[in-house]
Amino acid sequence: MFPEAWKYSVAKSVNQAIRWLLNTHGSAFDSFSSGILGLLLWVQGVLVSIPWWGYIAFIAVMAWVATRKIIPSIVLAVLPVFIGMFGLWHLALETLALVITSVVIALAIGIPMGVLMAEAKYFAEFIKPVLDAMQTMPSFVYLIPAMMLFGLGKVPAVIATLIYALPPVMRLTCLGLQQVPKPVQEAALAYGATRWQLLQEVRIPLAMPSILAGVNQTTMMALAMVVIASMIGARGLGQEVLMAINRIDVGRGFEAGISIVIMGIVIDRITQGLARRWDPNRK
Amino acid sequence: MAGNVIDVKELWKVYSKKDINFNIEDEEMIESLDKSSDSVVAVRDVTFSVKPGEVFIVMGLSGSGKSTLIRCLLRLVDISWGSVTINGQDVTAMNKKELTEFRRNQAAMVFQHYGLLPHRTVLENVTFGLKLRGVPRKERRERARETLKIVGLEKWDDYYPASLSGGMRQRVGIARALVADAPLLLMDEPFSGLDPLIRREMQDELVRIQEELHKTIFFVTHDLDEAMRLGDRMAVMRNGEIVQIGKPAQVFANPADDYVARFVQDKREEIRKTDEQMAALAEHPEEDVTDDVS
Repeated sequence: MFPEAWKYSVAKSVNQAIRWLLNTHGSAFDSFSSGILGLLLWVQGVLVSIPWWGYIAFIAVMAWVATRKIIPSIVLAVLPVFIGMFGLWHLALETLALVITSVVIALAIGIPMGVLMAEAKYFAEFIKPVLDAMQTMPSFVYLIPAMMLFGLGKVPAVIATLIYALPPVMRLTCLGLQQVPKPVQEAALAYGATRWQLLQEVRIPLAMPSILAGVNQTTMMALAMVVIASMIGARGLGQEVLMAINRIDVGRGFEAGISIVIMGIVIDRITQGLARRWDPNRK
Repeated sequence: MAGNVIDVKELWKVYSKKDINFNIEDEEMIESLDKSSDSVVAVRDVTFSVKPGEVFIVMGLSGSGKSTLIRCLLRLVDISWGSVTINGQDVTAMNKKELTEFRRNQAAMVFQHYGLLPHRTVLENVTFGLKLRGVPRKERRERARETLKIVGLEKWDDYYPASLSGGMRQRVGIARALVADAPLLLMDEPFSGLDPLIRREMQDELVRIQEELHKTIFFVTHDLDEAMRLGDRMAVMRNGEIVQIGKPAQVFANPADDYVARFVQDKREEIRKTDEQMAALAEHPEEDVTDDVS
């Protein structure tokens, strides 16, 4: 057995720290929270105002642009109709709003951080274990403090999704920048590129396929987080799954599950196709 | 010396994993650097100068430090010791900003592996240097089109490098260097990756361009043929040192040591064989001797 004398618990201090944050900086968290909520509701408002056939048309066009194949485009455009037929259209839009908001914030933070990781070695050394922790820490563990700090509902869901979905885009942005061929970079330097010009004209464009793969991964992970986020009161398809579990209603769970899968497939195929379009070596 | 385009004095470049305070006075240290597996002396006490309008060749086997030397001229690698002066400007003493200005205006480089931007068209690749300098879009596109004509690629301006052959890619690389209109052209084994016929063609092309534009060219190669064909003067490098410097014909006739001699030997054999065949042909014109050329 592990020596009894070495027993030491950090649980109490973590609890105290959260309570201290809550008591002293509660209002800051509140205003942060309302900012995110505002963004989320705005996105949701826009999404709801678009008629259902608008989505179908949009997906058809995007799928065509991304894949340039007729049959996959039609299949991708028809799939979401099933969500409507199951009567889950509105819930799917709520989920989509949650995903879009989280992904937009994740990209706004993740891409610059990824660039910073590639540029500053020490920052990368410091941030990598943090990213590992963000990805391996069971999400329920940070759902609780997120809930305490940001209240019930959608905002903590966005925060939790963010923590889970941020690492891939950071990692892949950094990786993409590091993999830019050295001869090309050297040529740019030889012609008098500054560090910023090198980044803007050469490294970021050449890292784009990798960055877009990161965007794709981040979106997929955000979607996967939605069901878990429903446990702290985020509505949407996740809530439907949760209810189905509670009532042991396999059919209902299946419908909601399939709807999430459909959203995943459509988003994945379109973003992947766009990433491939962007690859400079395929031109 | 005044009037030289390139003046290199006592140049040393040491690659090392550890930070070292390099000093040429400290012979013990240099010896330890040579022995250590953590460090390589890539350029060793190199001094030479290049006059305006001259084609100066640096020849040596791979690993002899010639690529490092050409990179020292633009300070693409840090210089350990010595001085590099180009067009009267002391490259060694420049700060970051001056160095950027210098690279933009004073020298243009052509690379063995082209170093083209795969996400930009041929025209955009050629305009790249001008764009960095801030030349307006319209002007830089016009100038790039003019330059593409010189290298014979005017119809390919909208293609991406991936759809070009090796020879054509290097033409783009040369156009990118010419459009900068810098007095000094640096070429790092530009034709080494090309097949022999294309290489020959490109060499002729360079000779033609040089007759028109009279640039100062610093040309690195491992190919003696190329050196003899293009060079006004050449330097032979071994283990980071220049072992002989002079006109290609002089080097060819009087190799300074065994190393240089080995370099020119193959070429001599070739010439000797051709001479013998010519002599045989002169003596017995009725016999066909072309079969045993090899």
